[in-house]
Amino acid sequence: MSSHSNYNPTNPVEKWFDERLPLIRFSKEHLMDFPTPKNINYWWTFGAVLAIMLVMQIVTGIILAMHYVPNIEMAFDSVEHIRRNVNYGRIIQGTHAVGASMFFFAVYIHMFRGLYYGSYKAPREILWILGVIIFLLMMATSFMGYVLPWGQMSFWGATVITNVFSAIPLVGNTILEFLVGGFVVDNPTLNRFFSLHYLLPFIIAAVVALHIWALHVPGNGNPTGVEVKSSADTVPFHPYYTMKDLFVIVVFFIPFAWFVFFAPDILGHADNYIRANPFITPAKIVPEWYLLPFYAMLRAVDFDLLFINAKLGGVIVMFGSILILMVLPWLDRSKTRSGNFRPMFRPFFWLFVLNFMMLMYLGAQAAEGIYVILSKVGTAYYFGYFLIILPILARIETPKPLPNSISESILDKYEAKALKQEKMRGEGNSEIQGKGGK
Amino acid sequence: MATNVKNDPNRRDFLYVTTAAVGAVGAAAAVWPLIDQMNPDATVKALASIEADISSIEVGQSVTFKWRGQPIFVRHRTPKEIADAIAVPLEDMIDPATDAERVVAGKEQWLVMVGICTHLGCVPQGQKPNEPKGEFNGWFCPCHGSHYDSAGRIRKGPAPKNLVLPPYEFLSDTLVKIG
Repeated sequence: MSSHSNYNPTNPVEKWFDERLPLIRFSKEHLMDFPTPKNINYWWTFGAVLAIMLVMQIVTGIILAMHYVPNIEMAFDSVEHIRRNVNYGRIIQGTHAVGASMFFFAVYIHMFRGLYYGSYKAPREILWILGVIIFLLMMATSFMGYVLPWGQMSFWGATVITNVFSAIPLVGNTILEFLVGGFVVDNPTLNRFFSLHYLLPFIIAAVVALHIWALHVPGNGNPTGVEVKSSADTVPFHPYYTMKDLFVIVVFFIPFAWFVFFAPDILGHADNYIRANPFITPAKIVPEWYLLPFYAMLRAVDFDLLFINAKLGGVIVMFGSILILMVLPWLDRSKTRSGNFRPMFRPFFWLFVLNFMMLMYLGAQAAEGIYVILSKVGTAYYFGYFLIILPILARIETPKPLPNSISESILDKYEAKALKQEKMRGEGNSEIQGKGGK
Repeated sequence: MATNVKNDPNRRDFLYVTTAAVGAVGAAAAVWPLIDQMNPDATVKALASIEADISSIEVGQSVTFKWRGQPIFVRHRTPKEIADAIAVPLEDMIDPATDAERVVAGKEQWLVMVGICTHLGCVPQGQKPNEPKGEFNGWFCPCHGSHYDSAGRIRKGPAPKNLVLPPYEFLSDTLVKIG
């Protein structure tokens, strides 16, 4: 897709530069002139929100690293020092901590958008898999970042999550000692987590570059799921979508700013304002909200299955719940991409969303009574959706007829609207006209 | 001349393969230190043994020592706790072990264990008098609800193994060497 540039340098210096390194041409093709379907809705703006969030986390993180000390004696105090003494440290630390939550909020919307509109289907499988890899890297990064303040929840979260690896048969304990650099989570653990927490965002940025590259090969999907057929279906990315994305970013920043300014700790746990103590486990260990659904699935397996004990089973289920997304393009073989044209798919999809939220709630509850049963039901539906429901729907569902093209779908919509209005007015005049705006 | 043409590629093939093999071994040898540095370092390993004075622990009391950064539970068990632990049939256990396998012969009143839940590494409660001891009068892990009995054996919950016994020996009636 390199034919959509109308970059014609006239200035001799620009021309000279373009022949040697076509950087401006590349930027114009991919950041400005890129043909984007003209019907994509607000659910498509979260990619841009995520890009901004990654930049914000990296910038605030680099600043925090100038004041933070990765040593178990000083880490807790240095975070307090940042919040109390460093100029604007309260805001910068708050932005970074709340930013992690906002980042995950945006990534969940982005992913559910992909699930609903079939964004993972051919020819976008690699694009989708790269997204899953970014999601995994985000979880690793946020987990290690949460350990750095060295509070009680930091320490015990690190202990529980690294112990997950001890479930691996035979070599589990060796791996655990390798990961934490000792027999228990201690100073070597904190040091390496700091180093990796600094490194991983740049790896994420690199995978994001691949993600966007993979996006720009087939181009954006759209709510109809019908591919772009002619230039009548598209508008240039700039200014149409730069402005739309910017608008959403501004709106997104309103609750973000509210959290940072008025309730920077509301998404965290009070226990993390107690210094880490390796001899006292808090009564209730709860991960951050964005990891709760996966934590609930980890805990849902409290029974042995054949030669797999409950501990290993839980770990397999937790990692499996994310890895299954990687093979999703081959589980859902329905030719119709968009959920808008799949009447049977839709209720199952929304149930999946509700189920995910239920698991999020259950992950924060004690592992007892009704919560355990609901966690099992939720886990079963999570996997059933991918392994049973989607493959069967692809065989038995009759999708609604697709529009011939994106522009036709838009015209149809206005036509239907106009007809309806005519009927209501009771006029015989069959003039069809599009209403202004969208 | 004709034989040379035939033989030369074989000799080269051999040289290519051996060069690549030596190169791969060299690269692996160079990478190993970069990986091994993550493993526990010399200072961590140096804390390998402690001597614990147990003379002041009363019957029914528990004390936590620190060994290799881990809590070590030492409980001075009551006769009832010992009798209860012996009475449990092996088939009722998740990780079957007799009480005798958990203690030193002749010192059955002393239970010495690593105080880390074998599920996901939390420290179980039950050391202090006001803490819950679980359904089997031993220890209870609040993280995911594992119950251990008065011999530290897992009886209920997601943990797969009994509480681990560290290597230890009695230097005298009142001194235990752990590690």
